[in-house]
Amino acid sequence: MISVQQLRLCQGDFELRQVSFEIPSNAYAILMGPTGCGKTTLLESICGLRAIVGGKILVGGDEITRTPPAQRQIGYVPQDSSLFPTMKVYRQIAFGMEVRGFSKSERDQRVEELASSLDLTEILDRYPRGLSGGERQRVALARALSFRPRLLCLDEPLSALDGDTRNNLTKLLKKIQQSESVTVLHITHNVEEGAQLGTIHFRLEKGQVREVVCEDSGVKNTT
Amino acid sequence: MSFFGVFYLALIIAMLVADFRFTNWSDMSSLLSDARVRFSIWLSLISCTIAAILSLWVAIPTGFVLARLGSESMTQRLGQRSRGFRRLFNGARYFIDTLLDIPIVLPPLVVGISLLVLFQTPVGRWLDQRTGEVFASLGYAGIRGITYEIPAVILAQFTVAAAFAIRTMRNTFEQIDDRPERVAVTLGASHYQAFSMIALPQAWRGIVAAFTLAWARSLGEFGPILIFAGTARMKTEVLSTTVYLNFQFGNLRGAVSASLILVTLAIVVLILTRLITLGGNSKKGVIV
Repeated sequence: MISVQQLRLCQGDFELRQVSFEIPSNAYAILMGPTGCGKTTLLESICGLRAIVGGKILVGGDEITRTPPAQRQIGYVPQDSSLFPTMKVYRQIAFGMEVRGFSKSERDQRVEELASSLDLTEILDRYPRGLSGGERQRVALARALSFRPRLLCLDEPLSALDGDTRNNLTKLLKKIQQSESVTVLHITHNVEEGAQLGTIHFRLEKGQVREVVCEDSGVKNTT
Repeated sequence: MSFFGVFYLALIIAMLVADFRFTNWSDMSSLLSDARVRFSIWLSLISCTIAAILSLWVAIPTGFVLARLGSESMTQRLGQRSRGFRRLFNGARYFIDTLLDIPIVLPPLVVGISLLVLFQTPVGRWLDQRTGEVFASLGYAGIRGITYEIPAVILAQFTVAAAFAIRTMRNTFEQIDDRPERVAVTLGASHYQAFSMIALPQAWRGIVAAFTLAWARSLGEFGPILIFAGTARMKTEVLSTTVYLNFQFGNLRGAVSASLILVTLAIVVLILTRLITLGGNSKKGVIV
């Protein structure tokens, strides 16, 4: 269970006040909202990349509000994938395990497993500069999943992809979330994408998060 | 506009041609046969290399910190602080930036005098004495301290060269996107690991550029060396002081020949750097 309680964030003149929501374990949560409403700010705060002014964040009952990002066990995939330019795909995926002190055999085994699930086996020896948008996002996903995080945060991972690649990756996301049994918090603008992937849906608007019902045809309030 | 550029280029070429025409191979040969000049070439190469390495040692972490203090993610973090804190932070950052640029804008003689005065203070004298003791214990009894000794040559070169190297490294790290470093931290990396494993490998061209700039700047350094290290032959004489000493004693041909050695060394280093950093672009930390 991921629980965000009365979270308060300030960014210059922008402010999120008393944001609260809960995501059940192994759920695929979708967070939608208009541009500039603070979705990425909220996601980065959960990952520990932005300090919060008040409130609590709990993951599996443990409070992580003041925990450094490196110790939160949260995987993060930014919108632009932010791959490491000087590392080959294999090392990108193994990076999280390398800095956490996993043995070489453990890293090899896990990289092989993720490369097989995400269809990356053929590109393990390549640098990011030669990869397509879909390949980049799959590498970023494998990198974030490598150390078996308790929560996976995805910031519009499909927004820059073309139609076919987006459809393929949507299916892959669903499959990998189930096979890895990981709780996901996924930001998107796309209602159809949200309806296909999400088991629980939230909308961030005017500084408040509320649960909604999401269908291919649109988003409705639960109340 | 291009006329002024062509004029400047023509001026540089004309100066070099005039130097080459003024001297001949026998002047150069007689200069190089002088043991004191060979010593000054040797000391120049060694001292410039040490000063450039020391400059990089300081410039890489300082440049990284300065670049990241001005990054977008830092601006975001500051956004959560009060307006007064943001003003104080930015003021402190600009103040440090300005302080680090002082050796670039100060007249070289002032740098030399300031170093000399610094080593007249109790702390400076203590450091001078301890350095002499360290060299003596290492078997270099000829080096009795810092002032007017070889360490003074290196320190004078380093004081100016490091400022150029820091500026180069700061520009390099500013051009490197910091988002991968932020992702690395979420993957479990410490801030040091994010720096050393993500940012540093991307900055190699900037590092080469900073080293070259520091080396070339050290090679041309004269004023601070004159004041702080002196011009003792076979002791603290470097190539720039060889030019000065030859000129002072009326040996203009010798001074020009020594100048040409300096010019040749500088051109070789600049060409090598261009070749090493060839093929990069401005988004990959290329500064040269």
